[in-house]
Amino acid sequence: MKAPMTSQQKKIVAVVAALTALAIIIPNTNSFIILLATRALAFSILVMSLDLLLGFTGLPSLGQAAYLGVGAYLTAILATKFQFGLGYDFWVVVVLGILAGAALAAIFGLLAIRAAGVYFLMITLALGQCVWGLAYRWNSLTGGDNGINLRNRPKFGIDLSHDVTFFYLVFGFFVASLLAIYVLVRSPFGRSLAGIRERELRMKILGYNTWLHKYIAFVIAGGFGGLAGVLWAHTAGIVSPENVVLTTSVDALLMAVLGGAGTLVGGVIGAFIVFGLREYLSTLVPWWQYVLGSVYVATILYLPGGLMGIPERIRQWRAMSGRAERQ
Amino acid sequence: MNTQFWVIQTFNGVSYGALLFLVGSGLSLIFGVMRIVNLAHGSYFLLGGYVALSVIWTTGSWLLAIPVAASSIALIGLLMERFFLRPLGFDPLRQVLLTVGFAFLFQQAALDIWTGNNFNINPPDALTKSIVVGGIYFPLYRAFMIATALTIGSILWLVMEKTRMGAAVRATVDDAQMARGVGVDTSRISMFIFALGAFLAALGGVIGGAFLGIYPGLDFEILPLAFAVVIIGGMGSLGGAAIGALLVGLADNFGKALFPEISYFTLYAPMALILAVKPTGLFGRE
Repeated sequence: MKAPMTSQQKKIVAVVAALTALAIIIPNTNSFIILLATRALAFSILVMSLDLLLGFTGLPSLGQAAYLGVGAYLTAILATKFQFGLGYDFWVVVVLGILAGAALAAIFGLLAIRAAGVYFLMITLALGQCVWGLAYRWNSLTGGDNGINLRNRPKFGIDLSHDVTFFYLVFGFFVASLLAIYVLVRSPFGRSLAGIRERELRMKILGYNTWLHKYIAFVIAGGFGGLAGVLWAHTAGIVSPENVVLTTSVDALLMAVLGGAGTLVGGVIGAFIVFGLREYLSTLVPWWQYVLGSVYVATILYLPGGLMGIPERIRQWRAMSGRAERQ
Repeated sequence: MNTQFWVIQTFNGVSYGALLFLVGSGLSLIFGVMRIVNLAHGSYFLLGGYVALSVIWTTGSWLLAIPVAASSIALIGLLMERFFLRPLGFDPLRQVLLTVGFAFLFQQAALDIWTGNNFNINPPDALTKSIVVGGIYFPLYRAFMIATALTIGSILWLVMEKTRMGAAVRATVDDAQMARGVGVDTSRISMFIFALGAFLAALGGVIGGAFLGIYPGLDFEILPLAFAVVIIGGMGSLGGAAIGALLVGLADNFGKALFPEISYFTLYAPMALILAVKPTGLFGRE
C-alpha cells in the first residue's frame, strides 16, 4: 500500500494541477485574458522575488520595482537604440537583465541590509526613488516621462508577437522561477533565512553570518526582479517611470501580503487578483478601486496570513467549535 | 549664474522647504510615537487641498478654507487611527500596509468627488503680489509660506518643550514602554499625534495647492519628499524635521536648476546614504 501523501506533497500536487490548468485554459480564452494573464505572470516573478525577502527572510522591501525597472529599461534601451535582443540574442538580454538586477541589488544591499524592520522599509524606499528619479529625469537615456516604446517583440524561429506563443514563453520563465525559488527556500540556505526571520540574534549566536545570508537573498531577489523586468518590457510594449514609481513597489508588497507572505504561490494569487480587479473590473464599474482598497484593508485586518492562510483559519475554527460541541 | 540666480533659487528652496516642513513634521512625529510609516500621509496633503477647494467654491473664502480643510482631515486621521490602526496593536508592518490600503481608497474617493482635473487654489490678491528688494522680485506668497511654517514650527516647539502633553509625547518617542510604565496614556498620545500629523499635512496641501496645483497622483509625489525630510532630519525629532525640510527644499530646487537630468537622484541618493550610515537619521535619537 502506498503511504498517504504528506501535506507538502498535496500542496505540490495542487500547485502543479493549477499551473497545468492555467496553461491549458488561458490560451483558449480571448486575447484580452491572454494578455492579462501574461502581465500577471511576468509581474508574479517580481512578487515572488519580494516574497523571498519579505516572507522567508523577514525583510519588507519597499523598493522592489527598482529591479523590475532596471531589467525593463535595459531591454527597452538595447532594443530601440542598438536593435539588440530582437532575435536569438533575446536570450543574451535575459541573462543581462538578471545580471543587471542582481548587480543593482548587490550595490543597494550594501546600504540596506544593515537596517531592519521599518528602517529597512524606509531605506529600500529611498533607493527605489533613486532609480525612479533617474528614469523620470534622465531624458536622453530613458525618454523621461514618456518612456520608451518597444515596437516589436523578439523573433527567433518562433514569433513572440503572437500572443499565445509569448504567453507560453512567460509561463515557462514563471514556472522556472517558481521552481528555482522553491528549491532555494527549501535548501539549508533557505532554512537559515527562515531562522534569521524568526530570530536573528539566535542565528548570530549559533555562528551564522546573518548579514551575508540576507545579502545573498537580497541579490538573488534582485536577479529575479531583473528577469521580471525583461519580460515586462516585452509584455507591456512600453517602459516608463510608471514601472519604477513607489506605487509599483507598494503593489508588489500588497500582492505578496494579500496572497500570504512566505508561501510563494500566495503572491501569484495576489498578483492575479489585483491585475484582474484592476484591468477587468475597471472595464465594468468605475468604483473598482474601492473594491481593491477594501480587499487590502480587510485582508490586513482580518487575515494576517493572507488568502493562503484561509484553510488554516477554517481548520482552527473547526477545531474550536468541535471542542465546544464535545464539552 | 549670477548673484540673482543664487538668491532667487535659495529663496525658492527655503519656501519649498517651509511647505515640506508642514508635511514632514507630522510624519516624523507619527513615526516617533507609533513607529509606523504612514503611507497615507500624502493622501492627507491631497485631500486637504481638495476640501479647501470645495470650501472656496461654496463660500469664496480662502481664509475659511484653511482651518476647515485641516480640521476635517485631522478628524479623518483620528478615526483612521482609532478604528483601524489601534486594533492591530503593535505590528508596524501590518499598520504600514493598512495605511497604503487607505491611500488607495482615498485616491478613488478623491477621483469620484473632485474628478481627475487639475485645479489651482487661488490665494487672495493681497498675497499674489511681489515685493522688490534690490532689483529682485520676491513673490509674496512664498514669503507667506515661510512665515506660516515658522509660526507653526514655533507653536509646535513650545507645545512639545513647555507643556505636560509635550513632555508625555517626548517620553513616548524615547521609550513608549517606559512611558506607559510611568502612567503616560500612550494610546491617547498616538491618537492625538496622528490627528495632528493629518492636520499639518492637510494644511500643507491647502497652502501648497496654490503653487503645486491639486491633481490626482500628487499624493504619491509628495510622499517620498516628506520621507526624505523625515529621514534626513531624524525620526520623531521636530528640530530635525525643520533642518531636513530646509535641506530637501534647497537640494530639490538647486538639483532641478543645476543638474536637471539627475535632479531626483541628487535628492534621494544622499537620503539612502544617510540611512545606511545612521538609520535613525541625522538628528534622530537612538
